[in-house]
Amino acid sequence: MAAPLTLLLILAVTIRAALYRSSLADLIAERVEVVSPLTAWKRVVEGLALLDLGVSPYAGDVFHETPLIIYLFHFLVDYAEITFMLADVITAVALYLAVKDYNKQVFRKQKYALEAERYPLDCLELIRSPKEMYYIPLKVAMFYLLNPFTILSCVAKSTCGLNNAVIALFILTTIKGNVLLSAIFLSLATYQSIYPLTLCAPALLYLTQRQYIPVNFRRFSFWWFVAQYAFMYLGSLFVMICLSFFLLGSWDYLPSVYGFILSVPDLTPNIGLFWYFFAEMFEHFRLFFLCVFQINIFFYTIPLSIKLKEHPVFLIFMQLAVISIFKSYPTVGDIALYLAFLPVWSHLHRFLRNIFLVSCVLLACSALFPVLWHLWIYAGSANSNFYYAITLLFNVAQILLVSDYFYAFLRREHHLSYGLYLKRKDGSEATLVLK
Amino acid sequence: MTGSQEIRAPDLSLLTIQQDSQYDFLFYLNFICSQSASLIKIFLCSGMPVDWLVKTMQARGLEVFTQTFSRTLPFPDENKERYMVKGTNVYGILRAPRAPRTEALVLSAPCTQGDHNNQAVGLLLGLAQYFRNQIYWAKDIIFLINEHDLIGMQAWLEGYHHTNTTGMDWSPLQGRGGSIQAALSLELSSDVITSMDLVLEGLNGQLPNLDLANLFYAFCQKIGVLCTIQGKLQRNDWDSVSGYSHSVQTMMLMVMKQASGRPWGDHGLFLRYHIEAATIKGINSFRQYKTDTNTIGRLLEGMYRKLNNLLERLHQSYFFYLMPSLSHFVSIGYYMPAFGLLAVILLLRALDLWVQLASPPPGTEDGVVDTEQMWSPDVLSVLTPLVISHLTGVALYYLPIHFQKMALEHFPVSDTEAVVLTAIAVYTAGLALPHNTHRFVSGEGTEHGWRVLKLVAVLYLAVLLGCTALINFSLGFILALTLVPVAAFVTPHVPKVPSAFVLVILSPACTLLFSVFFFQELQEVPISFQDGWVLYLSVISQGILDHSLYGSLVYPLIALLVYPCWLLFWNILFWE
Repeated sequence: MAAPLTLLLILAVTIRAALYRSSLADLIAERVEVVSPLTAWKRVVEGLALLDLGVSPYAGDVFHETPLIIYLFHFLVDYAEITFMLADVITAVALYLAVKDYNKQVFRKQKYALEAERYPLDCLELIRSPKEMYYIPLKVAMFYLLNPFTILSCVAKSTCGLNNAVIALFILTTIKGNVLLSAIFLSLATYQSIYPLTLCAPALLYLTQRQYIPVNFRRFSFWWFVAQYAFMYLGSLFVMICLSFFLLGSWDYLPSVYGFILSVPDLTPNIGLFWYFFAEMFEHFRLFFLCVFQINIFFYTIPLSIKLKEHPVFLIFMQLAVISIFKSYPTVGDIALYLAFLPVWSHLHRFLRNIFLVSCVLLACSALFPVLWHLWIYAGSANSNFYYAITLLFNVAQILLVSDYFYAFLRREHHLSYGLYLKRKDGSEATLVLK
Repeated sequence: MTGSQEIRAPDLSLLTIQQDSQYDFLFYLNFICSQSASLIKIFLCSGMPVDWLVKTMQARGLEVFTQTFSRTLPFPDENKERYMVKGTNVYGILRAPRAPRTEALVLSAPCTQGDHNNQAVGLLLGLAQYFRNQIYWAKDIIFLINEHDLIGMQAWLEGYHHTNTTGMDWSPLQGRGGSIQAALSLELSSDVITSMDLVLEGLNGQLPNLDLANLFYAFCQKIGVLCTIQGKLQRNDWDSVSGYSHSVQTMMLMVMKQASGRPWGDHGLFLRYHIEAATIKGINSFRQYKTDTNTIGRLLEGMYRKLNNLLERLHQSYFFYLMPSLSHFVSIGYYMPAFGLLAVILLLRALDLWVQLASPPPGTEDGVVDTEQMWSPDVLSVLTPLVISHLTGVALYYLPIHFQKMALEHFPVSDTEAVVLTAIAVYTAGLALPHNTHRFVSGEGTEHGWRVLKLVAVLYLAVLLGCTALINFSLGFILALTLVPVAAFVTPHVPKVPSAFVLVILSPACTLLFSVFFFQELQEVPISFQDGWVLYLSVISQGILDHSLYGSLVYPLIALLVYPCWLLFWNILFWE
């Protein structure tokens, strides 16, 4: 499998390099769907210029990325294109290895369950074979690298690519079972943008199950493990924050980065839900709605963890999707990361109900974004309502996609426990409804 | 005495009358217009009289600036006979006496060779003189005389707004007037006018706000000037069949003009910068009731006083409309559902194909249906036609201009003909492709394969037509009318030869050919087939030129997106 993967990497790098050299690179770097005030390359360059002048890069409300990024690019600004292509390659390879390992575990678990005869006899067609699972890691890498969203994000030199690389490395180290590295990468991801904090729950669930520690609140071993993980996580986070302080010599990056993400002062239109709401909000209610919107992202962790505690990797997928949809400044690069996981759940295809509608709406909305932006900003014939309508439709389609996969996953699990052809007590055929 | 123009104007002294003389406006305007018109008639044989214009405008108390620009067209323009264009724009700013310099209005007259527009420049100068004496101006007024019509206007607008989207070379503007609220462009070719024609269609089918058109029409009616649209007079008999067909003809003319994507007057380039603009053409059609330049002057003065009173940019009325006559319009709420119904055909066909694909095939040997395995070879067999069609589209976009020289070496044609004939050759060569792509793809699971390709093609066409209709409704509607029926019904199982014929007849190139003849019919100037073919070739060359000169989107849209989509359907028809 190394040869097709190498071929894929070469193809991906070629496409990105060709686009870097063309005149489209500047055009793409300005699109609001691809870059946000947090991730724009223009702002990184501004921050670097301020740093060279000796002024704090956070002066003037231009730069909102973390100090480690600015120091990384202080040394690498001439090789910026290579850095972003390398980040995409690292993400793809990390996802490839992670999914390969995950598939092995799934297959092993399935084998044990088959030997223990835990599956009813009529759902044998739901059992997955190694043959069908053989190409899934390659498809995951392909879905990430050749996704137009990823390519646009890379060509625009949006720092979202670096965030995705860190999250992918976190997923890889978690699935491999390396507790220390998982904690370190998770703290790095949280340090970059606060929202990956919610990925703590699936990481803990996965690592405890891998180490055969039962997830039971009354057992000491569980809490001991949680304490170890929390210590490693908080420790590395503390180290990174202090390192940033010593690099720049002041604490003013905290309000500029985390205050900016949480309080959403910049209302530039993007593909998220915040900007329109907060543009027309009365000041009196702003704090209330801000809290509601931000809690919304963290809120789904607990119910989803309870429901999906046997399936932490699916929980990671759901959490990533929730973060990408509801975060304060989403871009298409965030969406590309969770879309890359879809081949892993390709066996759920027969239970998906809305996939046609969802893909049509996502395709149409992606095409309509630049059209309605042009009509609003340049032609002046439309206004912000049109653009927000497309944004809403896009997000609704994403939510429908994620909930459809959730339904399909749970339905398959249900069939594996209770059989494929469900019958009511009197023997007539029953249908399954998600309540 | 400096400059050759002054030597040729013995009575120039009459034009340097001081401002404080008490001359009646009507007499003065008439005098100025006739004098300057006759002078400009002499001068225009040898290009624009820049120095004379600068001096005259300065004498009227305007702040005068010039801008030079130059541009080499990708290939010679045979309609206007230009290739390497160099010119100068002259503009004078009348500063508002008591207002801050934040807003401006523009009155422009293109200065072309010959006596096509000589009266307009004269009228413009007379108006400048009159406006200078008034105290009620709240916005600066910029009197612009641009050379080489659209190219000069593009250079001026790019210089004014500090953008450079078309790669033109221009000198920076020394003087500005604030953000432009509205603009009018004048085209008068004789001093006796019988009607004023309003031209609204701009670049990429963009239209000014309907308020501007209504404003002009209402004011014309008040003054008593005959006003037309698309060169056709209004009729009062709406209920009769002939009256109805007259309005339909007028509306179809507007649809055709909007679909072409080219600016039909100098105003067309202002719209892109969110400036409401219209072109006013004076027509002399030998009627009995004639209007003289004075009335036109009063008309324009009234228009500018109305625009002067604007507190905000015109945005309250519709931006998307079609006008069957000057007092009737069809808004987007009426015409968009027609397009929506056409798009629904495509979506229903896509849904039908999806259901056919998702339901398992009727005769499988074992109970286990391996759906995933059937998808992967089909993705590859769908990808190949997609890639090849788009590569052909890219070839259609790049080859005509870049291989112009090679075509000139091998064939005895002129530059423009080389470009246009290369485009037609690439277009026709694309038709030969389906018979070759099947040699590369082994095509197992063929029944499945063409359905997947058709699903992708139908969805692609629906999204493409939707986006086009939002930006340029007429173009989207015409493409939808010709492409949707074919797209919905084409399968490999229909009879090949008649459907291939129908598919070629309804392809974008033939639609353009029929549109050319239809347009000439609508304008009541029907032409023969040979003339029509020559006109068709010139339309293609104009389309390519418009794209490189002003950024018109019609040619790249058709070459890079619509033509590959059409090729996919051609591919499906010949799927084996």
